Amino acid sequence: MHDTVIAPGGTDLDVDVRNLTRVEGEGSLHLRVREGAVESARLEIFEAPRYFERLVVSRSMDEVIDIVARICGICPVAYQMTAVHAAEAAFGIEVDPATVALRRLLYCGEWIESHALHIYLLHLPDLLGYPSALDLAQHDRATVEGGLRLKRAGNAIVARIGGRAIHPVSVRVGGFSRVIRRDEIRSLRADLVDALDLAEATIELVAGLRPPTFRREARLVALRDAATYPMNHGRIVSNDGLDIPATAWETMFEERQVAWSHALQATGRDGQPYLLGPSSRVTLDGDLLHPRAVAALERLDLGDRIADEPNWSIAARAIELVHAVAEAIDIIDAYEQPARAIVPWTPRAGVASWATEAPRGMLFQRFALDDEGRVQTARIVPPTSQNQAAIEADLALFAPTILDRPRDEITHLLEQLIRSYDPCISCATHFLDVRVEDLS
Amino acid sequence: MVAVPASRATTPRRPRLGVVKFASCDGCQLTLLDLEDDLLAIADRVDIVEFAEATSNRSSGPFDILFVEGSISTPEQAVDIVRLRAATSTLVTIGACATSGGIQALRNWADHDAVRSLVYPDPEYVESLATATPVADHVAVDAELRGCPISPDQLREFVTATLARRRPNLPDEAVCAECKRRNVVCVAVAEGVTCLGPVTRSGCGALCPAYGRGCYGCFGPRESANGEGLATWLGRDRDAADIARSFALFNAWSPPFRRVIDAAGGPPGPIDGRSIKEPADA
Repeated sequence: MHDTVIAPGGTDLDVDVRNLTRVEGEGSLHLRVREGAVESARLEIFEAPRYFERLVVSRSMDEVIDIVARICGICPVAYQMTAVHAAEAAFGIEVDPATVALRRLLYCGEWIESHALHIYLLHLPDLLGYPSALDLAQHDRATVEGGLRLKRAGNAIVARIGGRAIHPVSVRVGGFSRVIRRDEIRSLRADLVDALDLAEATIELVAGLRPPTFRREARLVALRDAATYPMNHGRIVSNDGLDIPATAWETMFEERQVAWSHALQATGRDGQPYLLGPSSRVTLDGDLLHPRAVAALERLDLGDRIADEPNWSIAARAIELVHAVAEAIDIIDAYEQPARAIVPWTPRAGVASWATEAPRGMLFQRFALDDEGRVQTARIVPPTSQNQAAIEADLALFAPTILDRPRDEITHLLEQLIRSYDPCISCATHFLDVRVEDLS
Repeated sequence: MVAVPASRATTPRRPRLGVVKFASCDGCQLTLLDLEDDLLAIADRVDIVEFAEATSNRSSGPFDILFVEGSISTPEQAVDIVRLRAATSTLVTIGACATSGGIQALRNWADHDAVRSLVYPDPEYVESLATATPVADHVAVDAELRGCPISPDQLREFVTATLARRRPNLPDEAVCAECKRRNVVCVAVAEGVTCLGPVTRSGCGALCPAYGRGCYGCFGPRESANGEGLATWLGRDRDAADIARSFALFNAWSPPFRRVIDAAGGPPGPIDGRSIKEPADA
């Protein structure tokens, strides 16, 4: 499925990492090299399937908001936001400006929490040579504590608006389950001002890193909105000229099942893989970043490395941390408490579809709804199932360049490359167990 | 801030802690990382020997304490949990999936092959059991933390108590008691919304009522929960299908909730697994 790349030396090699660590959920890496050529490079996703597309059938969209959150404990807000926007578009609901602001603030909170988790607890230990952030903390406690403080500031936003940091409860079709008061929102500010310093410090930390070199040209896809950095809405754009409404996802992309994964893999309808996530967003939407984040991007001065070097994704994530914290502060300062929590609405039959930018990239959902607004069929396309084919393509390109290294180092470098995409395997398995195709 | 790690030389052997997962969203194990302020302090006092989401150090046991997230839903998992039990002193299930099966246990009512083919075009590649069941259906469990997700406060209390060798304070009372203590107006009485608070165990801090909506039972049934009683009361102005759907969420397979769902005709949805046509506009 990938172009064959021949490495020097005619090496034979099988790399099997049965249970990848510091990724969210359960996946394995399998690489098979024969006479220096990569025969297969697979990110095998083996989480137990949970069948969410079936679990939402017959449910109202308010129930769907509660249920789809449980696809992922790291990015429940992304699932809730996509579902609520889809429902409101289908039912013709115009929400209040305060709701628009709170939804964006909630999403900022999730980005901060998720990016801080990935940078400090999952990715940074790799780049500094430790098996975990806990080991890193033995040598540099201040750095890890700073990362945890950043994460806490993000969680605090989600918990204040949504009641708790994981699986928040207040998001409802038409608004929120109660009025979120101005004093509640204002009380978040002090920790976010501290978090902005920590996010800026993260930029300095990232500037000192030297990730392994691996360049390639990838097809990058993200949402793009006229005026704001993409989170809750936008059109689907790419670095090769795609520009379509988000509701038209199915016209340009498709999902297919592969034998080695419980996640359905998505590709373009042309069969080509594409990459979502922070690197794609910074590349395609960098002009829409908050001025503080633009300044940070200029300080890092990475040129096209964010687009072309997946191991530099940590820089894109750090830029987005600055953006999300700075924007959260702006939203808090402008927040006006609304007179009502929710606008009245009535369900109707139709198709509810939407895409938002989860921390790991574009998340698409589509529900066919009956007259009572209940789900007849569902499609949920998480970012990691869309990234899976691109990750495998990159593994197949990268592996031949490192075949002269010792086996342990090859394995480590491949694992590190996978972690750089921040795969969320819990998400990708609509439903995840690694199946290995018979290679004999 | 100067933090002094507990000295290995002056303390008894540090407990070996593991965290593993089965079918789940990762949210409950993430709650351990979400203890932000206390995470490093806890890590000073235990050896985290297995926690794939957080560390590349691996261990297959033995464990003094093992936190188990997720429900048992594949043949491999049913074998793994028996091995893990044998390697563990104190096995603690965390969250609704591990303690009652989770949202995915709704498939226990369904024709599994039909469900599988509804999601996957080639279902023969997907290995999964017909049921998603709680860990206690497979092995003995020493303690459980409820919730979808678990409460960070209860997790902190459990870890602290265990390290101090005292009994953790995890009250078994109804969400209603927390509502009263927080001075939250009863949403069932004042607004007539469906609220599972009377039959649901506390631990969330009466979160949903405090946010203006009815409890949807994330923490599962409290001891001797009278699900049928609540269903009768709800039945004054709701039909059976509405009652079933309210109970058929994250702890649907817990016996007190399951009895209500069965009496009301089963969970919503095509539980016979009949195939559903894609709409023409797809």
